[in-house]
Amino acid sequence: MSAAAKRSKLIKGETGEWEIVIGLEVHAQVLSEAKLFSGAPTAFGAPPNSQVSFVDAAMPGMLPVINRYCVEQAVRTGLGLKAAINRRSVFDRKNYFYPDLPSGYQISQYKQPIVGEGEVLIDLPAGESAVVGIERLHLEQDAGKSLHDQHADNSYVDLNRAGVALMEIVSRPDMRSADEAVAYLKKLRAIVRYLGTCDGNMEEGSMRADVNVSVRKPGDPLGTRCEIKNVNSMRFIAQAIEFEARRQVDILESGGSIRQETRLYDPKAGETRSMRSKEEAHDYRYFPDPDLLPLELDEDWIRNIEASLPELPDEKKSRFIKDYGLDAYDAGVLVTERELADYYEELARGIDAKLAANWLNNEILGRLNKDGRSIGECPVSAAANNAIIAMIADQTISGKIAKDVLDIVWSEGGDPKAVVDARGLRQVTDTGAIEAAVEKVIAANPDKVAAAQQKPKLAGWFVGQVMKETGGKANPQAVNAILKARLGLPDEG
Amino acid sequence: MTIPNAFTLAEARDALKEKRLSSRELTEAMIEAMAAARPLNAFVTETPEQALAMADASDARIAKGEGRALEGLPLAVKDLFCTRGVRTTAGSRILGNFVPPYESTVTQNLWDAGAVMLGKTNMDEFAMGSSNETSYFGPVENPWRTEGSNKKLVPGGSSGGSAAAVAADLCLAATGTDTGGSIRQPAAVTGIVGLKPTYGRCSRWGIVAFASSLDQAGPMTKTVRDAAIMLGAMASVDPMDSTSVDMPVPDYEAGLDAGVKGMRIGIPKEYRIDGAPPEIDALWAKGAEWLKAQGAEIVEVSLPHTKYALPAYYIVAPAEASSNLARYDGVRYGHRAAGAKDITDLYEKSRGEGFGKEVRRRILIGTYVLSAGYYDAYYTRAQKLRTLIARDFTQAFEKCDALLTPATPGPAFAIGEKTADPVSMYLNDVFTVTVNLAGLPGISVPAGLTKEGLPLGLQVIGKAFDEAGVLRVGRALEVAAGFSAKPGKWWGA
Repeated sequence: MSAAAKRSKLIKGETGEWEIVIGLEVHAQVLSEAKLFSGAPTAFGAPPNSQVSFVDAAMPGMLPVINRYCVEQAVRTGLGLKAAINRRSVFDRKNYFYPDLPSGYQISQYKQPIVGEGEVLIDLPAGESAVVGIERLHLEQDAGKSLHDQHADNSYVDLNRAGVALMEIVSRPDMRSADEAVAYLKKLRAIVRYLGTCDGNMEEGSMRADVNVSVRKPGDPLGTRCEIKNVNSMRFIAQAIEFEARRQVDILESGGSIRQETRLYDPKAGETRSMRSKEEAHDYRYFPDPDLLPLELDEDWIRNIEASLPELPDEKKSRFIKDYGLDAYDAGVLVTERELADYYEELARGIDAKLAANWLNNEILGRLNKDGRSIGECPVSAAANNAIIAMIADQTISGKIAKDVLDIVWSEGGDPKAVVDARGLRQVTDTGAIEAAVEKVIAANPDKVAAAQQKPKLAGWFVGQVMKETGGKANPQAVNAILKARLGLPDEG
Repeated sequence: MTIPNAFTLAEARDALKEKRLSSRELTEAMIEAMAAARPLNAFVTETPEQALAMADASDARIAKGEGRALEGLPLAVKDLFCTRGVRTTAGSRILGNFVPPYESTVTQNLWDAGAVMLGKTNMDEFAMGSSNETSYFGPVENPWRTEGSNKKLVPGGSSGGSAAAVAADLCLAATGTDTGGSIRQPAAVTGIVGLKPTYGRCSRWGIVAFASSLDQAGPMTKTVRDAAIMLGAMASVDPMDSTSVDMPVPDYEAGLDAGVKGMRIGIPKEYRIDGAPPEIDALWAKGAEWLKAQGAEIVEVSLPHTKYALPAYYIVAPAEASSNLARYDGVRYGHRAAGAKDITDLYEKSRGEGFGKEVRRRILIGTYVLSAGYYDAYYTRAQKLRTLIARDFTQAFEKCDALLTPATPGPAFAIGEKTADPVSMYLNDVFTVTVNLAGLPGISVPAGLTKEGLPLGLQVIGKAFDEAGVLRVGRALEVAAGFSAKPGKWWGA
């Protein structure tokens, strides 16, 4: 049994258990100022048809010229996927008619892609991981957008996206559940974001996926697959897979067979629907684009790109586990975003690394999530948080006061140390002052003293009262020790 | 003094330089001749106002001593070159009203060298044809007629309008494009010089594409010297055309008269075809004698795959064309059919109405040969043949410096004579297509008349980027042939 099969989250049918087999084709928009074969800009949200060159509009006699930076981005991504970079690749024309495809063909790479086989390590629950194979990555142009809702009788076309560079990243059918597919996409997104080759923004369509789903009895050969086109959120991908797998199982168990076809996911209805069958599939008549020479890459150029790669999530995670003593889960969470990992490292400098990780997870990310903000938009710097945690460690403030300090700095800004001093939040360790407070509370509650002496657990009430008396600033350990001594309770440590 | 229309490009250049003639006078004479020659239908669009404005600007430059290589010289431009602000039709209804907002690199180079544009010449629709009969704007008539006959003859094609305009002295020279013989074949049957440069020598940017891997622009002139002068101005490396080649453009005129002494001239035995008129073989033999008499060594060579050139060409060229012409869909520019009920209907009607029969035929052939299941049998095999044909030339050039062949299998034929049989029409390119498939330079030089008084040409084929050598051999043929015949001016008042 393969490692993948062991992980399988089998689904139950009438005739036993079924295994879901999933492969993804992800379209990731290359982060680049200009399009793949023209100098037109690529800004998102620009007015319709304002980012279109004569090449993009397929005017007569116009010719594509490859954008070197887009090639570099594809190579960088390939290296980040630990994939083979093909020194020679070929651009082909994929021919079909559609109004948002001005030239009547998409320039893509068919038989000879720029990047060959690689792999992505996905993070599974309980800190485990699994390998998803990458079959290939190729460069291609995006199409424009047809707008059918602008006019009663006419459709409009916006060519701003036409010609924008995409990387199509094709996985092996190595995923066995919707969760794994989502984990794969998350990791892929983290990698391209670390590399700066794609912003990974699914809402704006800069990352979208075609999902191939089939089912089989464990141990059987692969079943017939259906391709669900252009799903644009993690949640929908998971829903589409769940629905599609169940649909296929139901068909097979009722004696039917799966028709290889392209389907669409309708998020409103929560179902996939047939778009076209294999027989209706386009004949794209691929052939090498005679306007473009084969792409030949220099080995030194590739090595230079490789040397400039940043530390990627997997390596960073290993280092966090090793250097900071974090567990796999915490380390995995911290490396999902490069900014978060960087923030953590600055936050943890010179202080307890686990304390820093907990502080970041519970306090900072908690507050950011509530506000719907990212780590890049955090109003309190890592250095300021580092200072707060350092004050807990050297007992300048208590953990509770630290949270108050964070709240103040979060909403009002300022230096945490100055806030502590200015507001007199410094922890009281002066035993005289604590003793005075203890005396005051005991004097005011003689009945409770007797009760506590009978039932030592009630001493906790006195702690609270003393803390209240000292405005929360008293050192809790000191209060405990003094109270116990004063009430004559045994010091249980 | 000859009337200015009959000047060669070099003669006119010298006359202008020596101020014996102004560009305005020359241009006015051309405009007058063009008007008188309208029965030839050589022009699709005449641009007299623009021509006179350019001529005046040139005269001003000449007066200041700032004349450039082609200063003030009136030229005609094949209607396949996009010209800013001037309708560019490619001989097709589908582009009948298309006015490009940009200028092709080649024509820009000509204007930058000071040339004057007289207008856009008629051509076979999308350069598909060998007789100029497929033009939406009607056939061009060859200025030459058989002695004592009024029968209308074709000027060859696809650059038939350019050939007729040069032969009839309506311009000093013209641009053409050559995909399978479209410069050399019309040049041969109209008694002028036509040069197809090495693939990549002239930029294809701004030239309406027919078959991208074969298309190449070149000069159509009255003399070999004129071809050298004009090629020097047309050629350039162009960052906008990835297939243009970064090689210095030599002074082609400088070495023109160096002679052929010591050169080895190859005679490819496979170019002796059954059924060719005896006059063709006789002229070919005479050409070899002329070169031998000037000190060249004549060697027999073999190009064994020649017989596969036409079939390979009629797979590769339509395949590329079927994709290149997909952009003419009635959506963004050009002809749009009225009353379409949906997008498929719009495509079908617009393209059905917009393209002529021959273009439709080639789109269908091209679509067929690229289709799933046929691709390997046709397209892949044609590409293999192309490699073999190129290798034939490489091997032949180990034994010789240039090749001498007939330019066409016969003289100009009658309008309507071959339109019913596409294959007999395609056979016109039997001596020229090999050169396109191998990407080599080739020149057609007028070398004699048939006994009916129609011009015939000889072709010189050279090594890649050896246009200088091709011109030198062409010049030697020109000198020996002493071809000075002109068509009788049967048109005009």
